[in-house]
Amino acid sequence: MDVLLSLGHGFAVAFEPLNLFWCFVGVFLGTVVGVMPGLGPAATIAMLLPLTFNMPSTSAVIMLAGIYYGAKYGGSTTAILLNVPGESASVVTCLDGYQMARNGRAGAALGIAAISSFVAGTVGVVGLMLLAPPLAKFALSFSSPEYFALMSLGLAMVVLLGGESLIKALLAMLVGLWIAGMGIDLFSDTSRFTFGHSELLDGVDFVIVAIGVFALGEVLGNMERRGEGTLLPVPKGLRNLLPTLEELKACRFAFLNGSIVGFIIGVLPGAGSTIASFISYGIEKAVSKHPEKFGTGLPEGVAAPEGANNSETGGALVPLLTLGIPGSGTTAILLAAFILWGLRPGPLMIQDNPELFWGLVASMYVGNIMLLILNLPLIPLFAQILKIREYLLYPIIFGISLVGVYAVSGSLFDCFLLAAFGLLGYGMRRLDYPSAPLILGLVLGDSMERALRQSLMMSQGDPSILVSRPISAVMLFFAVVLLFLPLFRRVNSWRLQALEENG
Amino acid sequence: MTKAKHLNGDLISGVALAALGAFIISEAWGWNYMSEEGPGPGFFPLWYGIAMVLLSLLLVVRSAVKPGAAEKLDWPGVGRALISWLAFAIAVVLLKPLGFLLSFALLTLFVVAVMYGRPLKTAVAAAVGNAVGFYLLFVLALDISLPVGPLGF
Repeated sequence: MDVLLSLGHGFAVAFEPLNLFWCFVGVFLGTVVGVMPGLGPAATIAMLLPLTFNMPSTSAVIMLAGIYYGAKYGGSTTAILLNVPGESASVVTCLDGYQMARNGRAGAALGIAAISSFVAGTVGVVGLMLLAPPLAKFALSFSSPEYFALMSLGLAMVVLLGGESLIKALLAMLVGLWIAGMGIDLFSDTSRFTFGHSELLDGVDFVIVAIGVFALGEVLGNMERRGEGTLLPVPKGLRNLLPTLEELKACRFAFLNGSIVGFIIGVLPGAGSTIASFISYGIEKAVSKHPEKFGTGLPEGVAAPEGANNSETGGALVPLLTLGIPGSGTTAILLAAFILWGLRPGPLMIQDNPELFWGLVASMYVGNIMLLILNLPLIPLFAQILKIREYLLYPIIFGISLVGVYAVSGSLFDCFLLAAFGLLGYGMRRLDYPSAPLILGLVLGDSMERALRQSLMMSQGDPSILVSRPISAVMLFFAVVLLFLPLFRRVNSWRLQALEENG
Repeated sequence: MTKAKHLNGDLISGVALAALGAFIISEAWGWNYMSEEGPGPGFFPLWYGIAMVLLSLLLVVRSAVKPGAAEKLDWPGVGRALISWLAFAIAVVLLKPLGFLLSFALLTLFVVAVMYGRPLKTAVAAAVGNAVGFYLLFVLALDISLPVGPLGF
């Protein structure tokens, strides 16, 4: 009852005309920066932070949070239409979203992304509202062994993300781990795999690899053809611009899966929306009746990662608001903003600043509806991108990729790295190595190594610490089962074949 | 089975990845594996390096034993892709001396005129249009700083 009363008060705050205006500004800006590769919500919030100093703190929080979750809506657009992930968490959306666009279902893919984002974003806010305090306590019980187990479970998803050859998927993942290990080792100050380049001391930014391998690799692969290939089909008529009832029905579980997985992963500091989208995609594929069709343009393959990506926002705000722990780069900047406004996120935040907390929660409901209204009518406009001829589109993708990478770091060296990863992406495509496991290894590698080393430090080198704690033991068990799943399937098919031959 | 048939992508990439794995192991060997405080910087790379060598050797053996029907490589196609990549890489090199807009315009000109064989007039229009569009969107509207050339843009 208290929650409903507080939420009612929050809606009164969110519906104040000034707050409604700033909420709209936030979600609109978020959508725009989400569409632009490389220009992420963290950079945008950091840029706009000084402008909010003269604003009431509630309005400022509402606007900056709007940028945060708005960017996640926008991130799917270029992933679906151009195979260019607008932000890191949209990498998984490329897998089926771009294939849907190639099959003439670009509008439906964008619609499913928007609807899934809305459903999961709303579930994330409900979760934030109801489960914030108990979940924050649960997340606090996670120590290094549990994080290592979580990362191992994430890496085991390679089985589900790989193409026809598991060996190639595992090798791609190991290359991802190697790239993740480049730079200074924070435990010992040793520089690893930097080849004498000081620019590599900070490691390789995820955006460079993702854009290079996915976008440039795809463009180079398409440019093999002499003359122009057929344009991606542009959906015509409202019917083809929006998902069908069958497609939405097929996504029922994906909406739920994305919402729940995204929220839970969001609550864990450091896990992040990219991991959430990978895991929800893996689960979706694992429970699907036709897992072999994933990667060919299934609506569920768009709905699950997009949902997880958006629900993660609600989850990530739990440790930020209730414990003062930022789980990602964006929430770290939000934390800095809170401190600059004189607010102290922590266990007393809700009690001391009910107007701000409940105003923010209510504004996220309003913002999600604004985003749906803003994004669905824009689908026909976005779908027009598919009409651009190849000879014009590919230089534009080259340009957007360069701007995306340069905007993040301002480093020309990163642009060279982009070219190198573009070549790698093309080579992988040519030799049938799946790209997603490489990204998975890259995303998880650093955190996994840190968690493993911290665990072994805690146990003075005894590896049994990884399996002696219940949560980590359960997660490691599932990781092992997942890794051996293809082997079980193969043995079973041999057994059935042998039975058929004998019988 | 002819020797040429064995020379497939799996074999070549398997050997290359085995070499990368061996390089990772040799580098990790030079770093501390375990110290009093716990695992050192060589611990994790050593293990994934070993895994990489084992898996890539498995790939090499598999492709040697079961080479399958080696796909006939479309060399002209690969050549086109590599020329496009080279053009992109040169545009990156030119970012510093010429600035983003000029090198991007030249890249567009090359792709449109050479790679797609469109008339020069179309290529010039595309190059100018792309450069102006990017300037308006990224530099003016979004205030993103891009490499500037001697002409001030």
